[in-house]
Amino acid sequence: MTLDAVLDTAAGVCLVAGALLSLAAGVALIRFPDVLSRMHAAAKPQVLGLLLVLLGCALRLRSGVDVTTLVLVGMFQLATAPVAAHMVGRAAYPHDDIRRDLLLTDELAGDLDRIRADREAPAARAS
Amino acid sequence: MTTHPREPLTRRVRWRNRAVAVTGLVTVWVLLWGTFTWANVIGGLVVAAVLLVVFPLPPVTFAGRIRPVPLLRFLVRFLWDLVVASAQVAWLAVRFGHTPRGAIIAVPLRVNTDLNLTLTAEALSLVPGSLILEADRATGTLYVHVIGVRTLDEVERFRRGVRELEERIVAAVGSAEELGRFHQPDPTGAEPVDLEGAPT
Amino acid sequence: MTVVAVIVTVLLTVAGGLTLVRIIRGPSILDRAVATDVLLAVAVAAIATEAAYSRDATALPVLVVLAVVGFVGSVSVARFAARRDPK
Repeated sequence: MTLDAVLDTAAGVCLVAGALLSLAAGVALIRFPDVLSRMHAAAKPQVLGLLLVLLGCALRLRSGVDVTTLVLVGMFQLATAPVAAHMVGRAAYPHDDIRRDLLLTDELAGDLDRIRADREAPAARAS
Repeated sequence: MTTHPREPLTRRVRWRNRAVAVTGLVTVWVLLWGTFTWANVIGGLVVAAVLLVVFPLPPVTFAGRIRPVPLLRFLVRFLWDLVVASAQVAWLAVRFGHTPRGAIIAVPLRVNTDLNLTLTAEALSLVPGSLILEADRATGTLYVHVIGVRTLDEVERFRRGVRELEERIVAAVGSAEELGRFHQPDPTGAEPVDLEGAPT
Repeated sequence: MTVVAVIVTVLLTVAGGLTLVRIIRGPSILDRAVATDVLLAVAVAAIATEAAYSRDATALPVLVVLAVVGFVGSVSVARFAARRDPK
């Protein structure tokens, strides 16, 4: 087997694995009970799935310019995905559409008001 | 630890922050063009300088230094966690007749700096199975939603996992003083209390 | 490589379909935002697979742009949902 064939095979495996993670995320989006658990499912294709697909793409393209572009895509995605996840998580928490009966423990409920009040009045805290 | 340390930055620290930012921006610029030429580097320097003047960054101080071996250990462990957690969440998704349960837990970090808080939160968010709901800057506490836990034992194991993650991050990029905090006994006694008196 | 392309196409199509179902069914606007993010990730995977299959890097800048601005949508939706909430 030549090196080209090996690299192509590895690229194929990475691409299929990435697509499988996307499929699992699709299934999880349908089956999971509330927003928060669906967000866990969403993190999969956004991070590992994307990295695998980019790796497969890089293994197949194999030229310096394209690989740097792909590295950049990975870096940007890793930097931005948590921002979106955190914003959605914060907006979701006090809403009623979280299945509280499925929570084993909730250590945020007691502190939430204090934290949000702190954020509303940063000047008071800084003094 | 109710108020956050906010001493004004010295001139030297400020220039160091700027140098870090410029290096990062130039790297991204060169990667965007795809080839390493001096024209690209100089163009990147110009763009970075203009950006820093027009959009000044909030003061996030990088106080430590990068240690290659712990950084590598953090990265390898992070990738491993990523793969394991993705497989677990995928398995939860395809298993029939089972509704996954979650928990929201508070994890007080031991090094309360903006950089450490951000990096730990980012690393946790990127791994499926843990999700940051709220971050309290005043006390340096992260509120994490975990999925697929069944018992309070597992919750405590997860809390320890987060603290180990924080330790790996501080070992990779923290200052010596921050790193030293892990080796002394916790003045507030947070750790033993956390393990025994778990809130139910 | 053709086999891989066919398999990936089928998997991504099913994934995109399931995601669309969640976007349509909701129930809350945040569910839809999360599902839209997943749909975007599926689209990125499809574009990257196409680039890998045809060995053609023309579409790669699209991936850079999507990775940079992809999160803006759900952040705006989240802010909107958070502001509307306190009554």
